[in-house]
Amino acid sequence: MSNTELYTKKPLPSKLLIFGAVVTLIGAAMSGIAFAGDVQRASFGLIMALMLLISVGFGSLFLIALEYLVGADWSVPFRRITEIVAATSIISILVAIPLLLNLHEVFTWLRPELLQADKYVAKKAPYLNETFFLVRVIIAFLIMAAFYYIFSIRSFKQDLNPTEGFRKTSAKFAALFMPVFAITISVIAMDWMMSLNPKWFSTIYGVYYFAGSVLAALAVVTFIAITLGENGYLSKKLSNDHYYNFGALMFAFTNFWAYIAFSQFLLIWYANIPDETLWFMDRTQGEWMILSLILIFVKFGIPYFALLTRPSKGNPFRLRIIAAWIFFAHVYDMYWNVGPEYSKLAGLKGPVYGLAELAAPIITIGLIAVVFYLVGKGKNLMPVNDAKFKKSLDFHL
Amino acid sequence: MEEKILHSVTGIFETPDDIIKAAKGVSSAGYKKYDIHTPYPVHGMDKAMKLPWSPLGYVALVLGLTGASLAILLMWWTMSVDYPIVIGGKPLFALPAFIPVTFELTVLSASIGTVLAMIIFLFKFPNTSHPLHDTPYIKKVSSDKYGVSIEASDKMFDLNKAKDFLHKLGAKDIEEIYWDNEELNTVKTIWDKKFLGGLVMIAIIVGGGTYFAINKLVYMTPFNWMMEQPRLDAQSVPVYFNDGFSMRQPVEGTVARGWMPYLITDADTAQLSDAKYMNPVPPTEFNLNKGQRNYNVFCSPCHDYHGTGVSRLKAANKQDFPNPPSLHSAKLRGWSDARIYHVITKGQNTMPSYALQITPEERWQIVHYVRTLQRAMNAKPEDVK
Ligand code: HEC
Repeated sequence: MSNTELYTKKPLPSKLLIFGAVVTLIGAAMSGIAFAGDVQRASFGLIMALMLLISVGFGSLFLIALEYLVGADWSVPFRRITEIVAATSIISILVAIPLLLNLHEVFTWLRPELLQADKYVAKKAPYLNETFFLVRVIIAFLIMAAFYYIFSIRSFKQDLNPTEGFRKTSAKFAALFMPVFAITISVIAMDWMMSLNPKWFSTIYGVYYFAGSVLAALAVVTFIAITLGENGYLSKKLSNDHYYNFGALMFAFTNFWAYIAFSQFLLIWYANIPDETLWFMDRTQGEWMILSLILIFVKFGIPYFALLTRPSKGNPFRLRIIAAWIFFAHVYDMYWNVGPEYSKLAGLKGPVYGLAELAAPIITIGLIAVVFYLVGKGKNLMPVNDAKFKKSLDFHL
Repeated sequence: MEEKILHSVTGIFETPDDIIKAAKGVSSAGYKKYDIHTPYPVHGMDKAMKLPWSPLGYVALVLGLTGASLAILLMWWTMSVDYPIVIGGKPLFALPAFIPVTFELTVLSASIGTVLAMIIFLFKFPNTSHPLHDTPYIKKVSSDKYGVSIEASDKMFDLNKAKDFLHKLGAKDIEEIYWDNEELNTVKTIWDKKFLGGLVMIAIIVGGGTYFAINKLVYMTPFNWMMEQPRLDAQSVPVYFNDGFSMRQPVEGTVARGWMPYLITDADTAQLSDAKYMNPVPPTEFNLNKGQRNYNVFCSPCHDYHGTGVSRLKAANKQDFPNPPSLHSAKLRGWSDARIYHVITKGQNTMPSYALQITPEERWQIVHYVRTLQRAMNAKPEDVK
């Protein structure tokens, strides 16, 4: 049986592009209206959108590297989907540009009057200054672009003319990717989100964002994979056992996120040092306290029990609902990270939500759909020439 | 040959794919009591054997929840009820701090409990033997072959049919496995006297051995780092500071906590009548009672319970300790409180200082009591009214 018999190409429907474009435009319009009203608030909304897009895109690159490194079989049929979704990391530049023009609106460390007032922030100036920030942002995007080329584009080419030893070189790049990824995603998390509160210290914040990012990427890939599989875009040989592993990984990373989030809280709560507690003080006062408690259930409690049993992981229908839930839990998590900083800056007591904040997930979803259509158009949706492809379709638990 | 009871029929397969096919075949043929043996876990076996969901998950859930609640209960009781100590300014019931321990206990009791439940209920501990043991079949399937055994206790079992069936599935080395008579005749339960006795023996030996090993063989001083730390030994040269001290000197004029230096000497007692040396302790009932108690303890042996100066000390051992003067003399009644305080603190001639035994507050309380005694002995006319 040749690989083409295992998988027949079915072009993506243009409905997807229309859907994506409409949703993106709605999101962009919402954000635009928000910008017209309050540039600061709209910028905070865009930070959430940026962090979501990087989560999904960069997290997908991580999933690809992980597959090569551990030599996983089950995920090979879905790798092409992950490779396409990884393009969101590049497209996130679109969201970064309006932000880069309005950096002074969001980052208090860019306001000299504040720097003088706070000697701790002033001491961080060698890291937190505009030039170095821009340098880091550019390097981070270059790194994402480079690995998008290495993992995704090389794999796309593989479909047309297979190269010998493709897996081996990819695995080597994956090994290089891991430490680079660890540093880059930490820097991204610190630069865009943690520095919203420049006084704050937390050494685990990068890992926190990483845990959430992998969850978000997994959720998006799972959702797309199950939807495509159900509508006959993927091989008929895929079984529930393949999808089961998405559930298992999401379960693992749900626990990992809870572990990291709790560790960050426990250590800061226990040591009780003002430079560290201030961030949690913002999130445990007044209405924010309720939102913080909700986060525990939304991002940990509910996915945990929803994914705990074996049947729930083996049932693609349920898995897709949980994947959507986890994606929105990550949206909520980003809001929980960014929102209080805006409220504090704007002198508000509690949380605010409106066009500016809602635009973030809408733009993200729209852009993912558009990117998926544009990149995936005319390509095989499964890596048919992968050495492991045939074997991976036979995978069972 | 004596009559033997058949346990099962076994067949050997060569590859994991074959055994999956065989498992599917046996389960769809309707056999219920059969088993598959493989040298390592073969993926997809559960489904091929149509195994129902294992109930062990529920055991783990219940035990995990038990462990979690026990942990919380233990910490709540010890930390907030039985021996409440404020640690790091945290509340007595500091939930975040309890979560790691709760998590550990959940995992621990769930995993240990599940393994025990599996051994006791599913493996029917202490029954450790099985007819398949010590057969050529089990030797093969535990090294490099895969095997099926169909048990004779299955409802639809028929020896020849089963053999034919295995043959059709492609099995090799089809064998009949018989019960060992000894296995059949010995019934093992947990309540077996020998087994329980063995458990007790093991407990005693392990407990005793551990006690001996830890307390005698490898005894280690607990917390010896205070002894091991760099310190100044007598007759040795201090190494930490160049000035020859092993500790830093306190800042000039430093006063120890709760202690005030008493600078007045016998030479300048005259100033003690000054108003600024007033008795700082109010003459409340509580203070008088304490004064009385301490006077009776410390002063009465020499000064008598009423301050008359008839010394019990002298009466007791007839030694040459002088009787002290009466505390009711006009001189003493004219003294200020601080002057009496001074005598207690510094002593006077043969009377020793009580500064070490009696705290300043207690001294002032005693002074109040002495005043009460004086007043009682020298009542003014208006006191009698
Ligand atoms: C060991 C026996 C002894 C004890 C105990 C004792 N004293 Fe004295 N005390 C004496 C003697 C002896 C004198 C006379 C000293 C002298 O020659 O000036 C004296 C003198 C005094 C005087 C001064 C009397 C005077 O006329 O000069 C006072 C006041 C006094 N004692 C109070 C106390 C108080 C209060 C206590 C309890 C804290 C106390 N003493 C405990 C033996 C004792």
